[in-house]
Amino acid sequence: MTHPPETGPEEILRVEAVRVVLSGRLIIDDVSFTCLGGEFVGLIGSNGAGKTTLMRVILGLVRPAAGRILVAGEPRSRRNPLIGYVPQKINLDPDVPMRARDLVGLGLDGHRFGPPWPSAKRAARVDEMIEAVDATGFADSRVGSLSGGEQQRIMIAHALISRPRLLLLDEPLANLDISSEREVVKLVASIAARHKVAVVVSTHDMNPLLTVMSRVVYVAAGRVASGTTDEVVTTRTLSRLYGHDVDVIDVNGRVLVVAGRENEGLHHHEYDNGEPPP
Amino acid sequence: MTHTGASWIFEPGFFSSGPVHLALIVGATTACVSGVSGIFTVVRGQSFAGHAFSDIGAAGGSAAFLLGTSPLFGFVVMNLVAAGGMDLIGVQRRRSRDVATGVVLGAALGLAALFLYLGTTSSSTTGATISVLFGDIFALPPSIVPVIVILSVLSVGVSLVLYRPLILSSLSPDLSTARGVPLRLTGVGFLASLALAVSLSAITIGAILSTALLIGPAATAVRITRRTGFAILFAILIAAFTTWLGVLLAYDSYYWTPSHRAWPVSFFIVSLIFMLYVAVEVVTGRVRASPKNGEPGETT
Ligand SMILES: Nc1ncnc2c1ncn2[C@@H]1O[C@H](COP(=O)(O)OP(=O)(O)OP(=O)(O)O)[C@@H](O)[C@H]1O
Ligand SMILES: [Mg+2]
Repeated sequence: MTHPPETGPEEILRVEAVRVVLSGRLIIDDVSFTCLGGEFVGLIGSNGAGKTTLMRVILGLVRPAAGRILVAGEPRSRRNPLIGYVPQKINLDPDVPMRARDLVGLGLDGHRFGPPWPSAKRAARVDEMIEAVDATGFADSRVGSLSGGEQQRIMIAHALISRPRLLLLDEPLANLDISSEREVVKLVASIAARHKVAVVVSTHDMNPLLTVMSRVVYVAAGRVASGTTDEVVTTRTLSRLYGHDVDVIDVNGRVLVVAGRENEGLHHHEYDNGEPPP
Repeated sequence: MTHTGASWIFEPGFFSSGPVHLALIVGATTACVSGVSGIFTVVRGQSFAGHAFSDIGAAGGSAAFLLGTSPLFGFVVMNLVAAGGMDLIGVQRRRSRDVATGVVLGAALGLAALFLYLGTTSSSTTGATISVLFGDIFALPPSIVPVIVILSVLSVGVSLVLYRPLILSSLSPDLSTARGVPLRLTGVGFLASLALAVSLSAITIGAILSTALLIGPAATAVRITRRTGFAILFAILIAAFTTWLGVLLAYDSYYWTPSHRAWPVSFFIVSLIFMLYVAVEVVTGRVRASPKNGEPGETT
């Protein structure tokens, strides 16, 4: 693949009018958005809204009922080395004999047959990646014994080590305290900018992402919106999407999205169906 | 009789006995298989399947006894059939895996009950049933060695070929499918490898106890090291050490009592495995409880 210079960031991901039906149930309808290299997209939605499902569609694990997905201009396919993925949940027993660095190395060649063969080149690449996610301190610990935030860093390194163009992170901020949350967001944003990787991060709470995301894709049963952060993160749009009143407020120069008080503010009761209150 | 030097440990005739040689060879071979399979069983959290195979093997072994063939044949056929059954019911998905295993296990236990009943009532020798359930490594025919070696190579070979996909797919099915790992093939391959491993250790220490040889050394090994490769190596060494020492002690036990009745090998092996596990648990547990030292007591 060639990168023509002077043409601006390349379009890495294009989702076009995607509809997903699982076991006869409409899960996602008419989702469209694009994501350029270096761009940070927030995929926002409440529990069960279809965030994981949309990621699985992009990965080629679920076939959409309508619409199409292009990754770096090509139709989606399984085993796409251009995509790095960190699932919402990984199964790791504390007993499993595997160091954090071994898990990072598996990001390079975990799909290959046979045991991993140590080589200086492989080890150097793993070290470099561990340093990039600031995980040097616990690289030799058992993966199963790591804290949620440490595990998230290791998984991000695992996903990035094969140098993908698109990084999908499913709920990377769940179970993180405020300071690790901020660190992970900062880390991902700097990686996106430095390596021109397109990043899609799913979350049910958009506040931690407000400072870094350039684009918002909001999914909810029957309601979808996507656009730049400035377009979507407004009191009016969000209230329509959430189906109840939401305030976008400015606290010391930082934008925050909070639930509005009942019987106050905007009234969009024609949208008050289907969406469970958060 | 006065004992001097090594003869105090090795009772007369230990090194010249044909059955002892055979037991040591079979013991070492099956130790390698259990070591490899055991670690992947722990990594994948599939010890329930391992345990199920030991009980399912009992059905196969007792059926083989009724048919007049080698118990090994019964263990292997029954366990491979069960592995296929578990896969069909849906063992790939973690959540339905234990349920599928349980369903197959229940059916096999029913068969085992029937075959063992027929076996004990139709013949006057209850010894054969006992040897299926609890093993009789000193009574193996020498002709079984090539078969054991071939099955061992198969089991270890499959596990080693699937080494990385086995680990990756246990972390997340979605992640590994997206990376191009054939999930179903990996799962079935591992089940087949595990089925063979349990069958082989059933030959050594009997169907009922065969999971002890599979899980025990592996559980001990993962306490000592945090590296997968080393864990496999340690599990093999522990399994081989306990098996050989068990064979030696069982041989010696013939001279322990005036009545000259040797104790079963499987008793010694399983006891040694258990004592080693407890010892390592106590040592690493104590070290881990002491003020933060990283995790000493582990090789990194
Ligand atoms: N294989 C399936 N068959 C039928 N329905 C499914 C299937 N997988 C998911 N669903 C449904 O699709 C909806 C969306 O699920 P999804 O996991 O994508 O939500 P999510 O936004 O990731 O939620 P969470 O925040 O809880 O992770 C849910 O209602 C779920 O029950
Ligand atoms: Mg989800």
